[in-house]
Amino acid sequence: MLNIVIAGVGGQGTLLASKILGQLGLNHGYDVKVSEVHGMSQRGGSVITYVRLSKEERLYSSVVEQGKADVLLAFECLEALRSLPYVKPGGTVIVNTQEIMPMPVITGAAKYPDGCLGQVKAKAKADVIALDAIGIAKECGSNKAVNTVLMGVLAKKLPFSRGQWHSAIVQNVKPEYACVNRNAFDRGYYYGENS
Amino acid sequence: MKQLLLGNEAIARGAYEAGVRISSAYPGTPSTEINEAMARYSEVYSEWAPNEKVAVEVALGAAVFGARAMACMKHVGLNVAADPLFTAAYTGVNAGLVLVVADDPGMHSSQNEQDTRMLARAAHVPVLDPSDSKECKDFMSIAFDISEKYDTPVIVRLTTRVAHARTVVEPGERKDIPLKEYAKNTAKFVSMPGNMIKRHVAVEQREKSLAEDADLLSVNRIEWGDKELGVITSGAAYNYVKEALPEVSVLKLGLAYPLPRRLIEGFAKEVSELVVIEDMEPFFEDAIKAWGIPCSGKDKTGIQGEIFAGKIAAKFKGDPDPGPMTFGGIPVRPPVMCAGCPHRGLYYVLSKLKLNVLSDIGCYTLGALPPLNAVDTCVCMGASIGMAHGAEKARGGQSKKTVAVLGDSTFCHSGITGLLNMAYNKSAGTVIIADNSITGMTGHQDNPMSGKDLSGQPAPQLDAMKLCEAMGIKNVRVVDPFDLKALENAIREETARDELSVIISKRPCALIVKQPNTPYYCDEAACRNCGLCLKLGCPAIVKTEKGVRVEESQCVGCGLCAGVCPFGALSIRGNDHA
Repeated sequence: MLNIVIAGVGGQGTLLASKILGQLGLNHGYDVKVSEVHGMSQRGGSVITYVRLSKEERLYSSVVEQGKADVLLAFECLEALRSLPYVKPGGTVIVNTQEIMPMPVITGAAKYPDGCLGQVKAKAKADVIALDAIGIAKECGSNKAVNTVLMGVLAKKLPFSRGQWHSAIVQNVKPEYACVNRNAFDRGYYYGENS
Repeated sequence: MKQLLLGNEAIARGAYEAGVRISSAYPGTPSTEINEAMARYSEVYSEWAPNEKVAVEVALGAAVFGARAMACMKHVGLNVAADPLFTAAYTGVNAGLVLVVADDPGMHSSQNEQDTRMLARAAHVPVLDPSDSKECKDFMSIAFDISEKYDTPVIVRLTTRVAHARTVVEPGERKDIPLKEYAKNTAKFVSMPGNMIKRHVAVEQREKSLAEDADLLSVNRIEWGDKELGVITSGAAYNYVKEALPEVSVLKLGLAYPLPRRLIEGFAKEVSELVVIEDMEPFFEDAIKAWGIPCSGKDKTGIQGEIFAGKIAAKFKGDPDPGPMTFGGIPVRPPVMCAGCPHRGLYYVLSKLKLNVLSDIGCYTLGALPPLNAVDTCVCMGASIGMAHGAEKARGGQSKKTVAVLGDSTFCHSGITGLLNMAYNKSAGTVIIADNSITGMTGHQDNPMSGKDLSGQPAPQLDAMKLCEAMGIKNVRVVDPFDLKALENAIREETARDELSVIISKRPCALIVKQPNTPYYCDEAACRNCGLCLKLGCPAIVKTEKGVRVEESQCVGCGLCAGVCPFGALSIRGNDHA
């Protein structure tokens, strides 16, 4: 069984990531549960979606609870910190190092945590992979491809091949963005191998 | 072929397969995607109605005249539609009539945690309560069959974690359900007292016979396990029970109302301890206790919020309590108006003028949050106008300090009658229609003011100016909320009057029209650190030690900030001090 938590800021494309991941599971004979967030909380607020995949047993709940996540895929640094309690000891945290200021920080009522990424690394009882996914996405030609860059990194932790991911991505994005997204995925997939 | 469908998409699929012909709805999280999915089936006529009452009346009319029909809404929408529902329960339906109503335990995107089962019981209408997308699809067919067999509207009740969960569904074929004959039957369908006294007897008989049949309904089932503990549950809570307590005996209620008494009594006799685990109100628990069967549940699970597996394992198995799923000690990230949002200009001016703002349900409710802090009240669809009128009549002259604000879709939903009341009763006040040409918060659905219908085809567009004129309102004007000066003048002038005024603050939602996407920047040399731009509450403008920084990845180039800055510090690169 695989429990994945996808955390980010409304508008970053976390829903597409969970949809593609769910589709992959379905394509390859897994029982799948995906829990999404729609409506008010999508408007620039914290958003969390859950993806559960299982080949052995039937799944019931669509929610991943505290300490149960094998992987936390965080689209933003503060959201990674917020969602750390989901991760089980020995799990994996994949974090985009991008920092998006929440409104209390913008107005000066609160402070963005100093050395947020350092705190994620220090507090996580898990393997932390940090990358500038938005920088990579821009190099691929679109800010919006940040989700496919992160999916590329995630792919290394899951039992699906690069080709299987490519087809699930192409199924779920507009044809004109397929090329950008495939490239972005590959940049994530091979992240850390040549550096 | 198996598909991964949202609960809402599976509801639409189930309705399609059950031969539904008519679907009417008003968008509302977590129900919106049902009718969006319905619109993809060309065999079904589907539409956005201006509100849930209309949607239910449309579906009722279709059902009475022989077509299987449905109406979809969020839980609070059923309050609006309660009027036709309560009497449709008396008249009966002819062809099947199903209402799909989505509750929101945990209030992810809602103003309260009301439990639809309570309202359904009050209306004497049966309720089905699916647990996942497969059941969403399957229960729709069952709901239509029950509706026709017992001649009653049926509610299929969802909760957020069912409506917005994607799980595996095997789609089937559409059943060929012909139109039923319509025969005039005034004793049944004319709700005069003499007729309805007899119909009330029929309602009671129907409910009794359905309750008896419910003992044998396949959607109510026992999964025997260890008999030390027996759990009665339904809906999303069933999933958490199965995760947390896989070894216990479970009575899963697919029909949440009326309850299968003999089945429950039999189950209770077989188990040593009986608990009820249900989202929201102690609906099953109270009924079971009233039959004299000892049980517990809400004393451990509580009424507020969602019940997850971790909590169940802690309360009923002695596992360590995982505590609430919120993580403190770091800045919260509340929702915000998007960069480029037209409501920002409106609320900036309202905040500056320090007016009492009686707001309404929509994206513009977010004007209540810091730094705008502009909203005094928000209660229900359309309440802004009624409350503004009440405030004026109570205090006399309050209208000089008060405005009502509501969106275009909310105005069509429930604002028109409130405005008519103000006009008719010679009220003073300023009503601002924040017209962004779309129903925004629910994810961009068209409405009678947007010029398009559910299928995306051009549709007649309500002319709010003419409507106001027809009501006899003399002061009506349209202003662009990004023209801050003009908007401020308009609000000052209209609130100064002793008459009723309407201001249409018109600019399309930033997410439906292409934005310039040329980011602004802050010239540090020109910035005097006055903080005015920060009062906009724009997610792209961030406070720094010396002044502000524009976050290029967030900025859409709307330029509102440049209009606020008195020192010309905010501009597009290469276009300084523009």
